[in-house]
Amino acid sequence: MEISGVQIVLIFIVACIAGMGSVLDEFQTHRPLVACTAIGAILGDMTTGIIIGGTLEMIALGWMNIGAAMAPDAALASVISTILVIAGHQSIGAGIAVAMPLAAAGQVLTIFARTITVFFQHQADKYAEQGNFTGIDMCHLVALFIQGLRISIPAVLVAMFIGTSAVQALLSSIPPVITGGLQVAGGFIVVVGYAMVINMMEAKYLMPFFFLGFVLAAFTSFNLVAFGVIGAVCAILYIQLNPKYATVSSANIALGQAAGTIDNSLSDDLDD
Amino acid sequence: MNVPDKKVQLTKGDLFNMFIRSNLHQGSWNFERMQALGYCFSMVPIIKRLYKGEDRVVALKRHLEFYNTQPFVTAPILGITAAMEEQKANGAAIDGGAINGIKVGLMGPLAGVGDPIFWGTLRPLLAALGASIALTGSILGPLLFFISFNIVRLGVRWYGIDYGYRTGTDIIKDIAGNKLQKLTEGASILGLFVMGALVSKWTSVNIPLVVSTITMQDGKIVTTTVQDIFNQLMPGLVPLIMTFACMSLLSKKVNALWIIFGLFGIGIFGYAFGLLK
Repeated sequence: MEISGVQIVLIFIVACIAGMGSVLDEFQTHRPLVACTAIGAILGDMTTGIIIGGTLEMIALGWMNIGAAMAPDAALASVISTILVIAGHQSIGAGIAVAMPLAAAGQVLTIFARTITVFFQHQADKYAEQGNFTGIDMCHLVALFIQGLRISIPAVLVAMFIGTSAVQALLSSIPPVITGGLQVAGGFIVVVGYAMVINMMEAKYLMPFFFLGFVLAAFTSFNLVAFGVIGAVCAILYIQLNPKYATVSSANIALGQAAGTIDNSLSDDLDD
Repeated sequence: MNVPDKKVQLTKGDLFNMFIRSNLHQGSWNFERMQALGYCFSMVPIIKRLYKGEDRVVALKRHLEFYNTQPFVTAPILGITAAMEEQKANGAAIDGGAINGIKVGLMGPLAGVGDPIFWGTLRPLLAALGASIALTGSILGPLLFFISFNIVRLGVRWYGIDYGYRTGTDIIKDIAGNKLQKLTEGASILGLFVMGALVSKWTSVNIPLVVSTITMQDGKIVTTTVQDIFNQLMPGLVPLIMTFACMSLLSKKVNALWIIFGLFGIGIFGYAFGLLK
C-alpha cells in the first residue's frame, strides 16, 4: 500500500500524541484501543485498526508504570504494528507477534528519553534561580515533546519504507506454521496481563473473589457489565461486614463501664 | 485555617490554571527527580500570584524537589500546597520545609491507594470492556474506554484539587482513618472478581487431541477431545492454570516479555504438532 504525504504527516501527529500520552499516562492516547484506531483511520481501514487495538489492549492490560519500574511500551507497539498490518498487508496474528518486540524496543527508548530529560531538570533549576517562569515551562514542554518524537520518528520511518518491495517480500515469506501458531497463541496470551494485574494487587487473602468471578463466568452467560456490578456489590458487602472496620460505639463503652461497677460491688460483698 | 485579612489571594482562575497544567504532570519525568519538574509546572500560576521577587525563586526551588506518586492522586496534594503557600504568602508562620514535608509524607500512602485503584482496577476494567466491544469491529469500544476513563480521571483531578485546597492539612485525618483503606480493598475485590471472569470468558484454548471416537447406535460418530473433557470439568481450566503459572513466574522476577515470547512459542509448537488449534 502506498502511503501518501498527507497520511505520513497525520501519522507523525498521531504518533507524537501517542508518545506523549505514554509518558503522561493521563489521556491514554498511547493505549492500543486509542492509538491503533487512530492509525487505522488515517490509513483508511479503521475497522482493522479497532480490532488490532482490542486484541493488543487485552494483552497490555497489565502494562503499567509503578514507581520507577517501566512497563513494556504500548505506544510504539500499537502505532507500528497497525501500520505493518494495514499498510504491510499482514495478518492480525503477525501484527500482534511484531508488537511484542516493539513494546520492548519502546521500553528501551523511553528509558533513554527519561535519562536525557535529566538535562532539562537541571536547566529548570537554573531558570528557577532567575525566577524565569517561561524557562521552566519550556523545559517541561520540550521534554514532553521529546517523548512524542520517540514514537513519531520510528513511525514515520516505517510508514515511508513499508511500501517498498524488499520489505513486502520479507513480510510475505513468513511460513504459515508461524502465523497459525501466533493466531492460536493470541487466544491465551492475555493471561500474562491478568497475572501482572493480580500480582500487583498483593492481596492474596482476597483471592476467593477471583475464583468466584471465574466460576460464575464459566457457568453463566453474564456479560462484563453484570460482572462489574456483581463485583462492586461483593466489595461493598465485604467492607460492610468486615469486623476490622467495626466502630465501637460510646454506648457500648458505657455499658461496659456499668457492668464493671456492678461486678465490683459483688466482689466487695463476697470479700466480706 | 482562617487568615484574618488576606494580602494576596488565589483566584478560581489560578486553581483552574493549575488543574489544566496538572494534566501534563509527568511530561518531564526523569530518573533523577521523577515528577519534580511537573509538580513545579503545575504550581507556576500559584507562585506567580502569591509571590514577588526573591520569594518567587525560593518557592520555585521548593517545588523542584524529588516527587513521585500515582499521577491522579497528586491533585489533592497540589490543592494542599496551594492552600499552604497562600497562607504563607499572607504571613502565616509556615516553614518551607513543612510544605515539602506534606508532599513527601502524602506521596507514598496516596500512591498505595492510587496504583491499585486506577492502574489495577479502573483502567483494566474499562479497557477490557472497551476491548471486548472493539473485537467486534465497533468504534464504540475505543470510545467507551477513552470517554469513561477520562471523565473519571478529570473528575478526580478537579475535585481532588478542590478538596485538597479546602481541607488543607486536615486531610491527614482522612489518611489515618479507614476511608482510603476501604477504598483500596474494595477496588481490589472488584478488580480480582472481574479478572477471574476475564480468565474464563476472554481466553480461548482448544486442545483438539481426540480421546475417543464412538459410533452411536443411530450411526452418528461422537468424538471426544481433551478439550471436551476439560470443558465438562470446568470451562477455562487451562487458561486458569496458565494464569497461575504466569503469576508464579512474574513473582520470581521473570521479565513479562520473555513469558509472552514463551507463550507464543507454545502456540507455534502446539499448532505445528496438532496439540492446539
